[in-house]
Amino acid sequence: MTIVIWVCAAMLAVAAALVVTRMTLGPTMLNRVVAMDVLIAIVVAGLGLEAALNQHTTTLPILVVLSLVGFVGSVSVARFAARDDKGERA
Amino acid sequence: MNTVADVISAACLIAGSSLSLIAAIGLVRFPDLLARMHAGTKPQVLGLLLILVGVGLRLRDWTDLGMLLAVALFQLLTAPVAAHMIGRAAYRHGTVREDTLIVDELTPALDDVGKG
Repeated sequence: MTIVIWVCAAMLAVAAALVVTRMTLGPTMLNRVVAMDVLIAIVVAGLGLEAALNQHTTTLPILVVLSLVGFVGSVSVARFAARDDKGERA
Repeated sequence: MNTVADVISAACLIAGSSLSLIAAIGLVRFPDLLARMHAGTKPQVLGLLLILVGVGLRLRDWTDLGMLLAVALFQLLTAPVAAHMIGRAAYRHGTVREDTLIVDELTPALDDVGKG
């Protein structure tokens, strides 16, 4: 079980690195929002893995909160995305 | 019994992490926002659900299962809404690449509305 979880953690780490790459490259704010969504999902997955490894449940409320806060963040950025960032087009 | 649950849980965790990795690769390699959004929502949500199933099988407690179920439910409810909002904002700002679209039903619909 421990080996399985470390393999999963390695995969998630590579995934997070790729997502951060996309977040850095952009090119628009909305691309970064999509990347942030995926990054939050990866964090939730990582916390879940940690809970499965140590078989404790202290981090489970954090999962609930993260999944809600991520949604609010991406929706508000999409809603109020500045209309005049003409400089960066996909 | 516990061994069986552990094995199924391990399989779910590996499948979920692989889907997360696939989503991240798609996010880096796809050419424009709508394709990236596709990579970012569908494999990612399925991967997260598989990981939650794996964690639930490992913890085996009703209270924890309820909380994991809440996370899964929120994810299923919010991911389509967020993706829809982002896609709409991108379209309104003209940052969607027209040459990669195969079908575009929104432009004619908006034109019709404009004609009144």
